Amino acid sequence: MKISKERLTHLKQLEAESIHILREVAAEFSNPVMMYSVGKDSSVMLHLAMKAFAPSKLPFPMLHVDTKWKFKEMIEFRDQRAKDLGFDLVVHSNQEGIDMDISPFSHGSKVHTDIMKTQGLKQALNAGGYDAVIGGARRDEEKSRAKERIFSFRDQHHRWDPKNQRPELWNVYNTAIAKGESVRVFPISNWTELDIWQYIYLESIKIPSLYFAKEQEVVEYQGTKIRVDDERVPEELRKTAKKEMVRFRTLGCYPLTGAINSTATTLPEIIKEMLLSTSSEREGRLIDKDQEGAMELKKIEGYF
Amino acid sequence: MDIINYLQEHENKDMLRFLTCGSVDDGKSTLIGRMLYDAKMIFDDQLSAAESESKKYGTTGEKIDMALLVDGLQSEREQGITIDVAYRFFATENRKFIIADTPGHEQYTRNMVTGASTADVAIILIDARKSILTQTRRHSFIVSLLGIEHVVVAINKMDLVDFSEDKYNEIKAAYAELAKELEIKNTYYIPLSALDGDNVVDKSKKTSWFDGKPLLGLLDSMDISKEVKSENFRFPVQYVNRPNLDFRGFCGTIAAGSVKVGDDITVLPSGKCTKVKSIINGGDITEVNRSVTTEEAYAPMAITITTEDEVDISRGDMIVHTSNLPRVSNSLKVMLVWMDKKPMDINRAYDIKRATSVVSGSFEHINYKIDVNTYERIQVDTLELNDIASCKMLLTRPITADSYKENKETGSFIVVDRITNNTVGAGMIVGVTKRDEDATVATNKNYTDAEKALNEYIRNSFPEWNCKEV
Repeated sequence: MKISKERLTHLKQLEAESIHILREVAAEFSNPVMMYSVGKDSSVMLHLAMKAFAPSKLPFPMLHVDTKWKFKEMIEFRDQRAKDLGFDLVVHSNQEGIDMDISPFSHGSKVHTDIMKTQGLKQALNAGGYDAVIGGARRDEEKSRAKERIFSFRDQHHRWDPKNQRPELWNVYNTAIAKGESVRVFPISNWTELDIWQYIYLESIKIPSLYFAKEQEVVEYQGTKIRVDDERVPEELRKTAKKEMVRFRTLGCYPLTGAINSTATTLPEIIKEMLLSTSSEREGRLIDKDQEGAMELKKIEGYF
Repeated sequence: MDIINYLQEHENKDMLRFLTCGSVDDGKSTLIGRMLYDAKMIFDDQLSAAESESKKYGTTGEKIDMALLVDGLQSEREQGITIDVAYRFFATENRKFIIADTPGHEQYTRNMVTGASTADVAIILIDARKSILTQTRRHSFIVSLLGIEHVVVAINKMDLVDFSEDKYNEIKAAYAELAKELEIKNTYYIPLSALDGDNVVDKSKKTSWFDGKPLLGLLDSMDISKEVKSENFRFPVQYVNRPNLDFRGFCGTIAAGSVKVGDDITVLPSGKCTKVKSIINGGDITEVNRSVTTEEAYAPMAITITTEDEVDISRGDMIVHTSNLPRVSNSLKVMLVWMDKKPMDINRAYDIKRATSVVSGSFEHINYKIDVNTYERIQVDTLELNDIASCKMLLTRPITADSYKENKETGSFIVVDRITNNTVGAGMIVGVTKRDEDATVATNKNYTDAEKALNEYIRNSFPEWNCKEV
């Protein structure tokens, strides 16, 4: 389609909208933080933030809630980015959970996610006293996210009330909160998975190598293929391990992140594979499947 | 599939945001589900989830309930109605589409206003058996109020009237009258069946008498570009970027018009003047080069401006071209939509957020409330949830007073309760009120010689005060 000089392409419109949102946060809140999950959406958010505040450094820190079950490559990538781009990195893990030896294998995804991720996140937010928390959720990911505001109000207990959301009109965002309350802000709400990938391609944004296909040791676990990332994969499972060409469509805790068979080793190949795919991105995430409406419940509880 | 070619083509897509208006019974969710499904935006796993949920909550018997693909929250599914605004996405080769899916019942007027605020196009569903109903009048009024210039009238359930051309023409003629009354700029009509997919994505064989495009084809090719008036440059200052003593940039999103390096600019409401020294377009910044500049920028780019002179500029100020100053006022005539369960209090202080500025203000007077169904004007003393009214708004500080009709970005505002912090209202500037016009005249008074001399002395001795000449 031919677009006149005065009309920005869809990616440029989305980019401008996201930059606007990020600046609004920096201007209106006294102690904002950006969630950094090390995945592709986080990589795009980081890139957008670097654009929004150039030539300055980021005016807020990046927060990673480390569940201690992340892929090895994610941790390496995270630390390298922090070094290269010079942003402040805050890493938090739930010590109680570590002491309890919480494991997705023995406790299940529900308990693990609740303690290491949701509780860990709450601890980190309380410790930091952040009044705005910028996250990389997109509305196309899941049905309950389709209704969430860009500036999403949370009470003192970080809870979301889906039936009592603030109206959000035009690009005028209500940033008013009382002490102890906070706002979750989602600058890439209106991006789709395809937009994200196209943007990564166009802007040459660095992403972890896990997104690209290579030979990996995988095992079948609860109907999904997971990678044998370390010796914590139960013995009997490890016995079934075999090498396959796989990649990951989303990144998270390795026991909860399904690998897909793939030969896509470049960005265009990944995008092609995505376009031809017949299953949605979250299928690889085990936590959504626990129960119908699972994400909505987790969000009400304070999960992103 | 040649992926590199594909990527190049899709780099240059346009974006279109549309709103769907209709009640549950109109088949609105079914229409959206159908569009997403036919545009292959529904994945197999989502479809099988909808299939299992169809058995539990569905209303379509053996067929998959398309509405369940889009009805988001559990509480809503249980009630079988769409309560809130949900946003959906799909793309064609030409465009990325963002759908604001809003409920149609009168008690959800505020949700529809919310969805309408960002839409370029509105799709109004009409049940072919029922023709124009009260709700059609209500939806059309809101669409017109929010300044949506393109309205697609989707005459749905044509299968239930045997795809009758007469029925279609009858509804079309009736709506044309309504559109005229509401001054809706462009209207388009499509006979369709959302349930069976007639004229949704593919042209239906059952409507051979219809020579228009199916819905998706229409949305895909519609010209939604607006005339750009570059002289009406509006730049609400959002954030002051000051990493060190050598750099002071003013960040924001251009709300209207365009700006070039060297342009003479004025900062409102202070009235201070300077020139644009450099422009950084956020979009151009790369990881390697963090100080790329550009010569010209236009709406809706997110940019950073530096100025020739060290003038005092802060968040909430509006930068405009010196050659074309808008009116500045603290007394405005507005259209207000009340969105809170607690009624509006006359003369109570609320926070008014317009673009990036927050100013405290109050509603001095309700000129009239509009009945959204009959368009009748009613005299009232207070506004309840979902009421729409013409009011007089008084601010504690003056702001640039662009009307919403001229400029959506600078003519719109939200009303925030100062105690609960909730967004309790949304408003659109109509114009400056009479009283303020009088006030403007009053400042053009005749000065005495002594006053003129004082003014001259200040201008000569303290140029940094930017004092105006009288």
